[in-house]
Amino acid sequence: MEDITRDIVNKDYEYGFTTDVETEVIDKGLSEDVVRLISEKKGEPEWLLEFRLQAYRYWAGQKQPEWGHLDMPEINYQDISYYADPTKSAMSGDSKEIDPELMKTFDKLGIPLEERMALAGTAVDAVMDSVSVKTTFSAKLKEMGIIFMSISEAVREHPDLVREYLGSVVPYRDNYFAALNSAVFSDGSFVYIPKGVRCPMELSTYFRINARGTGQFERTLIVCDDDAYVSYLEGCTAPMRDENQLHAAIVEIVVKENAEVKYSTVQNWYPGDKNGKGGVLNLVTKRGHLRGANSRLSWTQVETGSAVTWKYPSCVLSGDNSQAEFYSVAVTNNFQQADTGTKMIHIGRNTKSTIISKGISAGRSQNSYRGLVKVAPSAQGARNYSSCDSLLLGSKCGAHTFPYMDVRNSSAIVEHEATTSKISEEQLFYCQQRGINTEDAVSLIVNGYAKDVINKLPMEFAVEAQKLLGVSLEGSIG
Amino acid sequence: MLKIRNLHASINGKEILKGVNLTIQDGQIHAIMGTNGAGKSTLSNVIVGNPLYRVTQGEITFNGQNLLELKPDERANMGIFMSFQQPVEIPGVSMTNFMRAAVNARYKAQGREQLSAGDFLKLMREKRKIVELDTKLTSRSVNEGFSGGEKKRNEIFQMAMLEPEFCILDETDSGLDVDALRIVAEGFNKLRKPNTSAMVITHYVRLLDYLKPDVVSVMIDGRIVKTGDATLAEMIEHRGFDWIKEEVGL
Repeated sequence: MEDITRDIVNKDYEYGFTTDVETEVIDKGLSEDVVRLISEKKGEPEWLLEFRLQAYRYWAGQKQPEWGHLDMPEINYQDISYYADPTKSAMSGDSKEIDPELMKTFDKLGIPLEERMALAGTAVDAVMDSVSVKTTFSAKLKEMGIIFMSISEAVREHPDLVREYLGSVVPYRDNYFAALNSAVFSDGSFVYIPKGVRCPMELSTYFRINARGTGQFERTLIVCDDDAYVSYLEGCTAPMRDENQLHAAIVEIVVKENAEVKYSTVQNWYPGDKNGKGGVLNLVTKRGHLRGANSRLSWTQVETGSAVTWKYPSCVLSGDNSQAEFYSVAVTNNFQQADTGTKMIHIGRNTKSTIISKGISAGRSQNSYRGLVKVAPSAQGARNYSSCDSLLLGSKCGAHTFPYMDVRNSSAIVEHEATTSKISEEQLFYCQQRGINTEDAVSLIVNGYAKDVINKLPMEFAVEAQKLLGVSLEGSIG
Repeated sequence: MLKIRNLHASINGKEILKGVNLTIQDGQIHAIMGTNGAGKSTLSNVIVGNPLYRVTQGEITFNGQNLLELKPDERANMGIFMSFQQPVEIPGVSMTNFMRAAVNARYKAQGREQLSAGDFLKLMREKRKIVELDTKLTSRSVNEGFSGGEKKRNEIFQMAMLEPEFCILDETDSGLDVDALRIVAEGFNKLRKPNTSAMVITHYVRLLDYLKPDVVSVMIDGRIVKTGDATLAEMIEHRGFDWIKEEVGL
């Protein structure tokens, strides 16, 4: 197995190209002045500046948390530029012509921005660095009363909605990185589905960090009103850089009565090279609030990228009979580290949550599941089922499970199952004897292992996720 | 044609094969019989390139190509197939997906166009019938929850799908009842093309009654010590191996 583990050629990160477009970047460093400058550049109203400043002041008085099972390089927050606008030259004047270089980047990523996406039933809001480049289909969605635009636009066009919900699920005091994001967030998506509307297409944001030495702090806010439905896709890639890039995002989701939100992520930020140099530090706060009775929310994530992943897409189940799901596949290879999982906070009666986590570790990586199931005294009849599986490839990687339970209602039923397994040499040899090479065999076995989660993804995303699993693990076994 | 010259191989530092010489012509069925621990399974595994075994000396060629410098999947894609003595389970991977990957790899190596999903499923149906393999089994994970007999049938089913030129049946008869043995053996005969060759490892003549070997060799203590025709198998059935040991002075 050791030989096998050593040999397979490492496939280089496929999305490691940079785009040559004129980018306006502000000077490095973070201070109240910088926060004011960002707000000014974006032409924001006073209340938003005030929100940012409060967050900044809170952040400045806090220390970076250290409880994660992570060995993270120190982040020099003064050595990062907090605002980059690649569309500065392209967007000048009223033409709103998109720089062809930018379009090429999106082509390379395989994101079609054109109307042909109508066939696939996907609307895309592409974010490069800090500014939303183009939102497709917003007109069509507008007819139905659906709002899908960059959050900067939403601040201008729907200030009351943004003001009502921004920070209502993840307050700036929530954690260190949430405070940082609240102070400097640049752009992201805003979605509002009005009462009784079923969004007819998948909404998708493709984030991409491009400019050198910039952090990305996107902010996504999704509000799904009574009896409404939306499925939202988020895909992430970043170019190859030697230095670590900081990514501290916030996603807030509000789900009202009888409403349903599906949020799917395929994350393959640059994971660093084979020796652990560079890579994205992915420090993200994602949370949904199931406010209304009978509301539903599911998080599905396939995580193969980033040098460090620190994220726990969570659900607060306030509405009676609300249901939340978390399906996750986290892959770590080489020197990647992931500390990821979820929090399910049961408050309403008869609330139900399901957690299916599949960790896959290879190389010298460390992969941790960390999850909290909390049942409040009010959550009569709450149920949770958690299943956390770890798959190891080779013997130099690590898999860890940190389940926390806090149950304050005796009628609650909370179940937790965990398994750890290894791909055996015997299995690989059996595949090889049938003509399947090692890389394809690993991909086959890993996809089989992860299929319960992958099946939850919308179909096109599932195909991409399957390929990604194979690519991410190339080089893990030989 | 498979040609083995002075093959030595070991596992965990212990030498098992101590100079095997063997030639199997195209279209021939060559049975290998022998005492327990003689090295029959080791020989099978070394031919297909199981990394657990180390070849210390000698050579194996298939149609003139040196097998020892090829990876197991490259050997398989030359048309070499082994029916495993104890097929491993691969949880989560459906038989259909597994076979699809294997057939695609084989077709690619042969320079043939890949089958469409529809044609592939049709092929699965056809071949499944030959070994009377239950539909339920092909929708399950690879070998998971299969009985011993089902696993063996599944091996022959895979052989049918991959249409190899050279097959190794490593104690395919062990653990099979009389009916299952007949189905597997008749399946094999149906699948066999005139130029398909096979190396059949068995302790029992029962399987050979169906397969009708052209050549029977006896392996003792890591060497082929005697070679003859089908009547040799009959003699072993009646008299055991001691007389051969005496004859060759072991």
